[in-house]
Amino acid sequence: MAEVTYLEAIRQALFEEMERDPDVFCLGEDIGKYGGAFKVTDGLLDRFGAARVIDTPISETGFVGAAAGAAHMGMRPVCEMQFIDFLSCAYSILTNYVATARYRAFLPCPMVVRGPSGGYVRGGPFHSQNPEAAFLHTPGLKIVYPATAADAKGLLKAAIRDEDCVLFFEHKYLYRRIKQELPQGDHVVPLGKARLAREGKDLSIITYAATVWKALEAAEQLEREDGLSVEVLDLRSLLPMDDDAIAATVKKTNRVLIVHEDTVTGGIAGEITARIQDLAFEWLDAPVKRVAAHDVPLPYAPQLEDFVLPQTTDIVRAARWVAAY
Amino acid sequence: MAATIATASPRSPAGGLPRDQLIELYYWMRLTRSLEERLVNLYRQTKVVGGLFRSLGQEACAVGSAYALRREDVLSPLIRNLGSMLVKGASPVEVIRQYMAKGDSPTRGRELNIHFGDVVDRNFVGQISHLGDMVPVMAGVTLSFKMRKQARVGLVYVGDGATSTGAFHEGINLAAVQRCPLVVIVENNRYAYSTPTEQQCAAERLADKAAGYGIAGARADGNDVLEVYRVTREAVDRARRGEGVTLLELMTYRRKGHAEHDNQSYVPSGEIERWASENDPLDRYLKTLTETEGVGPDELVALDARVTAEIDRATDEAEASPPPEALDALEGVYADPERMPVLWYREGVRSAVDRHERPSSWGTHDG
Repeated sequence: MAEVTYLEAIRQALFEEMERDPDVFCLGEDIGKYGGAFKVTDGLLDRFGAARVIDTPISETGFVGAAAGAAHMGMRPVCEMQFIDFLSCAYSILTNYVATARYRAFLPCPMVVRGPSGGYVRGGPFHSQNPEAAFLHTPGLKIVYPATAADAKGLLKAAIRDEDCVLFFEHKYLYRRIKQELPQGDHVVPLGKARLAREGKDLSIITYAATVWKALEAAEQLEREDGLSVEVLDLRSLLPMDDDAIAATVKKTNRVLIVHEDTVTGGIAGEITARIQDLAFEWLDAPVKRVAAHDVPLPYAPQLEDFVLPQTTDIVRAARWVAAY
Repeated sequence: MAATIATASPRSPAGGLPRDQLIELYYWMRLTRSLEERLVNLYRQTKVVGGLFRSLGQEACAVGSAYALRREDVLSPLIRNLGSMLVKGASPVEVIRQYMAKGDSPTRGRELNIHFGDVVDRNFVGQISHLGDMVPVMAGVTLSFKMRKQARVGLVYVGDGATSTGAFHEGINLAAVQRCPLVVIVENNRYAYSTPTEQQCAAERLADKAAGYGIAGARADGNDVLEVYRVTREAVDRARRGEGVTLLELMTYRRKGHAEHDNQSYVPSGEIERWASENDPLDRYLKTLTETEGVGPDELVALDARVTAEIDRATDEAEASPPPEALDALEGVYADPERMPVLWYREGVRSAVDRHERPSSWGTHDG
């Protein structure tokens, strides 16, 4: 069977879910005839028609709100943010209206908001963001951020079938770089479950999205050069978060490094650190350390972007520090 | 050029509605006003837990417009649309339970005042406080009607203030482009909290915004319930025929403050009294009913007695309702998981406090 890119896996999930359920429809900017800025929705218009693949005005609040209204009526909308940086335009309606709908008014709101996220692509401050932490703090939302093509497909299908609003982050650096054979049939990956990306016994790296691949690179180097056995836990779902998997890896290796591409202050690593401290304080042999982006808007020039974002060498350096503590 | 509905066309005597429906319109306005008066009493007895919002003087906007909908149509009320919700099937006991934060209130004590809905049967949507947000939501509700080829219509209310928001613009523009079966009513009651409409928008007529969206627009007398019914019914019929969105500006006046605490110090003296004596929607409609329909005092006394009895019964029921169970606070954020975990410091505790924990000494401790 042929290998499929991360991007193609997402498109497959959209196709299969729209085939399966006539209530699923897509809306967003330039997703129809143009097929989306990254061509994720390419071919959807031809197959499903303009009633189910809707090109919207430039209005993130408008189409996220409209998705919520349609979801109340039994539809299952999938919104595309052209870049996830524009998710903040819909922050108010997502956090105030969508996230509270079930709790305050028993309004069903099954919908997905998906879009290209992340840096390492020379996109500058407004085409490289990782705003997941801004939404982690909102009860009522779910957050998913896959690293592999199989997870991208399986988690998107689960997100579309979920009864609540799921923010689905797609890492644009991975869109065409990651390829793998996908499982056959109706491949659905449950929300809220982490994936052990690599087994190890000396040290755990807890991460998600593009930095999963950097952590795996670092783990290989550490094994080769230091003889260290590094475990890599890919969270996949950030809300809900897989506490059991986090506790298990901490209790196994007793040393933890948390890596993410988002900025360090107020980033998800802080939340994970607090959870480890609650779940497995006595099991720790070293302080929990973080490798994340520096607290600046993401700059454009390669020399600047590379300095701000966490790199494989940073992970290697930090892991050596934790292992030696 | 946007189509414009003429507002000055002569209407048939009493709007062409049969007599029993004309009396029904009065009943809904009377019920709205009397229910709010009862809520004021409960508020003063401190039985209303939060703030109280009135629609005094705006009952015709709410009742006349909602009366133009069918049961399967979806209505999205704003804070001054108690009357619309009653017409759409909300009951006085639900409203009183909601204000009193009862456990069997429509939101089980999660939300305040008339922030509640029912999209399963009676078809009105629970609003949020962020003004303008319901417009994109209703764009989506009505988009779903179009997608499913249902002959249903949506009606969403905003105030003069909400027309300044981005959400209003994005929602109405999206609905216009998609030709959704949606009616947007701007209830221009002259004040957004304390800010007069001329400080909200430089346009003289908010209805003129319709032209910018390429949709039909009209302005009407919001204190004439039959006129409100007529223009809304026209817009609803257009929407149902697939002719898209209409923006209606209903001219009215907010005679009470933003909420019960507001002393309206910003209102020029005599303005409220003038509206009350010269342009009260119930007084005006009573005059019409008396003069054109021959409705007599006996009939009105009986109707008022029916309203009072209903509200008395609803008050008794609501007062007897239990408060929510504290642990219910953790239920239903998501479909899955059904319940959020209790935090470690609250394990095994059934409620946060044994008695109402707000000592009068708060803020006066010196160490």
